[in-house]
Amino acid sequence: MSETQEYVPNVIKAEEMNPKFKYEMSKMHGAEKLMLCFQCGTCTADCPISRFSDLYRPRKIARMVQFGLKDRLLSDDALWLCSTCFTCVDHCPQGVEIAGIVRVLRNLTIKERGVMPLVFKELASNILKAGFVYEIPESRRKKRTEQGLPPLPKTNLEDVAKIFEVTGSSKMLENVKTFEKVKS
Amino acid sequence: MPETKYLLFLGCVIPYRVSSYEVSARKVLDKLGVELVEMPEFNCCGFPMDPINHDLMLTLAARNLCIAEKQNLNILTLCNGCFSVLNETNKMLKEDKKLREKVNGYLKEVGMEFKGTVDVKHLVYVLAEDVGFEKIKNAVKKPLTNLHVAQHSGCHIVRPAKYVGRDDPENPAILKNLIRLTGAECLDYMDETECCGNPIIGVNEEVPFQMAKEKLNHVRAVKAQALITVCPFCHMMYDLNQPRIERAFNEKFGIPVLHYPQLLGLAMGFAPEELALDELRVKPTELLSQI
Repeated sequence: MSETQEYVPNVIKAEEMNPKFKYEMSKMHGAEKLMLCFQCGTCTADCPISRFSDLYRPRKIARMVQFGLKDRLLSDDALWLCSTCFTCVDHCPQGVEIAGIVRVLRNLTIKERGVMPLVFKELASNILKAGFVYEIPESRRKKRTEQGLPPLPKTNLEDVAKIFEVTGSSKMLENVKTFEKVKS
Repeated sequence: MPETKYLLFLGCVIPYRVSSYEVSARKVLDKLGVELVEMPEFNCCGFPMDPINHDLMLTLAARNLCIAEKQNLNILTLCNGCFSVLNETNKMLKEDKKLREKVNGYLKEVGMEFKGTVDVKHLVYVLAEDVGFEKIKNAVKKPLTNLHVAQHSGCHIVRPAKYVGRDDPENPAILKNLIRLTGAECLDYMDETECCGNPIIGVNEEVPFQMAKEKLNHVRAVKAQALITVCPFCHMMYDLNQPRIERAFNEKFGIPVLHYPQLLGLAMGFAPEELALDELRVKPTELLSQI
């Protein structure tokens, strides 16, 4: 911080704290042990993203969940910076799956706020169109034959569409708003 | 009896952008007596959909597992990401009855049911555990004794340890040992286990580029002639993006990045064209002149 900048404490107001949030979160697959986080900071210290980002701090995310700062968390774009390397999961002395907590928060952001990075929407719509995250162009398929590779199998797109539908994903993706890039 | 017949789960990114990995893996596995069966009707492994909806990821992955169960064959993946979700979903659904019932509820809608009868393995584990070091050693006809290279195993074939548990995630040894079988020296370098950063490149380029730059810096510092990968995403980060990283930081690396089966293939006596080495972005011309 530069000397001329005035220090502004990061105040958490009581009204912002949702006392039930941590209990709701800890019922979600992957976030079960969030209450065990004792803020040692191993996750942040060993996070390869935190090394190069000023905004992504897994320890802070874990604390914010415990404090019930749901609105702040679900509007924090830094959630999308986790590269899911699982170093935090392997290193946490308390067995907290931080990457799992981040994933649950991402899922909640889409479900409750209806926003997500554009790239994931594009990948999802490709899966619905082709079964894969990319639509493999005809030129690629032709090249496979030239390279002596077997033709790519066609997936059952009806099955894929059904899976999107029954898991509630189609509806989620229908009206979702997107943003392109995340600051680091 | 080691398994020698596998259902190949190719995934999305390999047929789309990294066919050199597929070409070389098929050549090498065929010669080593591993039979690959083409997987019918598979879909995206599910990995990229986990940020959107965990249930969607689980069910897409489980559908693939059901196809393998129907074929009664274990799955072989070439991609770390595919291995990660297929292996993890397989283990979670086998162990967690409640989760299995939930996912089977979704699968019922497409006429499938997860039973938990197959296993999922990444290429390096098939080579190390099923083919075995002895057989690979015997298949090496042209030892690459002049080469010294570095390895990047990537994250998802070692982490999280509770679902993989096959190699030490803090100091992975299997790929190193596989490299040494080719006769090449495998060098240690700083932060070998560091992630490539590719999974977030769609939302932010700055961080992955800095991560990759640092990796290439460390690899260059020990004078490795090439970096060896076993994942199409890691490969894209270091090979395809290397010229862009060089431009972004005004540095020259020129480090060729080979898929492990390309390195092994060279040692087994395949010609560089047979292993699609010409498809690499950073041309391994100097490296090839030394073998």
